[in-house]
Amino acid sequence: MLSQQLLNALSLGSVYAVFALGFTLIFGVLGVINLSHGVIFMMGSYIALQLVTLLHLPIVLALVVAAILSGLLAVVIDWLVLRPLRARNAPHLAPMIATIGVSILLTSLIQGLMGAEIRRFPSGTLPEESITWGDLHITYVQIGIMVIAIMMMVGLWLLMKKTQLGRALRAIAESPKAAALLGIPVEKLFYCTSFMAGSLGGVAGVLVGLSFNAISPFMGQPMLHKGIAVIILGGMGDIRGALIGGLFLGFAEVFSVAYLSSDFRDAIAFGLLFLILLIKPSGLFGRILERKA
Amino acid sequence: MKLVRLALMSSLLSCSFYGVAADIKIGAAEALTGPAAKYGVAIKNGFTLALDEINAKGGVKGNKITLVMEDEQGKKEEAINVFKKLIFQDKVLMVFGPTLSNSAFAADPIAVAAKVVAFGTSNTASGITDMGPYVFRNSVMEQDVLPVVVKKAISHFKLSKVAVIYGNDDAFTKSGYDAFKLALEANKLPVTTTVTYAKGDIDFKAQLTKIKETNPDAIVCSCLVEEAANIVLQTRSLGMKQPFIGGNGFNSPKLFEIAKNAADDTLLGSPWSAENTSPANKAFMNGFKAKYGSEPDQFAAQAYDAMYILAEALGSITLTNNLEKDRAAIYEALPKVKHDGATGKFEFAKAPSKVGKESGYDAKQDAIVNIAKDGKFVLLK
Repeated sequence: MLSQQLLNALSLGSVYAVFALGFTLIFGVLGVINLSHGVIFMMGSYIALQLVTLLHLPIVLALVVAAILSGLLAVVIDWLVLRPLRARNAPHLAPMIATIGVSILLTSLIQGLMGAEIRRFPSGTLPEESITWGDLHITYVQIGIMVIAIMMMVGLWLLMKKTQLGRALRAIAESPKAAALLGIPVEKLFYCTSFMAGSLGGVAGVLVGLSFNAISPFMGQPMLHKGIAVIILGGMGDIRGALIGGLFLGFAEVFSVAYLSSDFRDAIAFGLLFLILLIKPSGLFGRILERKA
Repeated sequence: MKLVRLALMSSLLSCSFYGVAADIKIGAAEALTGPAAKYGVAIKNGFTLALDEINAKGGVKGNKITLVMEDEQGKKEEAINVFKKLIFQDKVLMVFGPTLSNSAFAADPIAVAAKVVAFGTSNTASGITDMGPYVFRNSVMEQDVLPVVVKKAISHFKLSKVAVIYGNDDAFTKSGYDAFKLALEANKLPVTTTVTYAKGDIDFKAQLTKIKETNPDAIVCSCLVEEAANIVLQTRSLGMKQPFIGGNGFNSPKLFEIAKNAADDTLLGSPWSAENTSPANKAFMNGFKAKYGSEPDQFAAQAYDAMYILAEALGSITLTNNLEKDRAAIYEALPKVKHDGATGKFEFAKAPSKVGKESGYDAKQDAIVNIAKDGKFVLLK
């Protein structure tokens, strides 16, 4: 059963990584911890759910539309909530509190519109039978999540390293003021970043909704907690860190259940995380923090 | 602003001078929002249906019952706030709720201290009625239901060993596990492995793979319904075919909405069955479908019965409009009620007192064992 547990760990870790990618991107560029990322994740899965159930869109198309709409939602949140705070030079705790407010608002809104109960994509949205390979069972969604996690990470990493846009974003991450002096349209790129992060969050929501059949207004909260742990472990704002951190948390959780005790799963996983942070306080790839220090 | 305040004042005044004489004010604290809302809303619907029926027939001795419904969000702190509001501010005669056992442990002591009846319709954890004499419930404890279910499961599936999975950070699922543990020990059924998960988990494959290694004949599961449905689905996706033996959390149509036929062969003990053809249950089910356009569940049935139990108790006393006396009178009257409702024959049983502390009243009612077939629970013959 070791191979099955390895696979379980890999797919759970990919879920965490997909969620953490957008989260870490926002921090890297805007320098704020956007706690509304959890509800954007939740909104993404609801948007896709509505598209599939009401408009009977195929799931791939629904995924794309959900990605765009959750990206736009993130831009609206940025424009309404984060921009005024930026303009007033608010201390960095203010955006955190403000985005908690956004989370509560949107969670209540969805709960009012859709009800608190859990929903799932209609059965047959994706092939449900698992592929068996000896003792190993893997579902199509699991494969999809792993592939998409890696694709998104590589894509995002290439974007940041190899394109003009990426260079501009990295300049902003370094210092928004200096970037503005160099003629980089900082505000526009903030919106652009919010859009990308929101899309990533929305995609993560759709994938999680597809694989775990548990779409609810509250699905973002536990994911947000794990997401914070993942990006701290990976190094705040680092894209590779989000993937490695996500996979680390997935492996730590699955293997403490498999070979130690499920009662102490979170204690073990977060204990390990703490140990790593003791050795490397800025996280595995934490260059930004080190540089600031 | 002044106008509003004036209007409020006058409505308050009219309420205290004329309202109370004709209306019997009852409070209910249920989780209408939050993760437990599916239970809380079902309970609210059950109350409202019974209330409308009772009031349409002229109420109790000509007095209409009014229900002050408050949202406790399934949170301990909110349950405490809402209980305080209902008891001290709204000055209700007695309080229904809260929805979750977890919240009941937090809020019921307030009612006990104020000598007000707290009547739970969905609290199945053990120890709820140990909190004091004023705590009532018509929900059957899992520790009474589960031994019946386990016994039936052994003979039906010819079990020789089972694995157990439960949520270890929730009063309801933990207490369900404790009751299962006792029931398994009483029936001398060996357990291959026991695994746990935490609230908010969605991926249970690590735990289930561990269960798969030990190759049990069935899986015992004390979980809330969304977890239960997901656990069933993930068990099947790992290629495991074992039937489930479920706790009270499985008792919701949601299980099949999510898990579909993957949940077939699940055994479940419950105080209520949609298949019960007694006149009282038929009346309840038809009334519910007509009013809400959906199928009722156990939680609605228990709330519906609870309101009738209260109405019977109210019918046996004479209200004096002295709140303290009336609260004492309803406390005295409730234990004497014997009711035959949607959940079958019911009466209260005084819970055994713990070390010099007087306990409240538990439900005395027979459990029904159901089996899942084609996406619904049917009676297991």
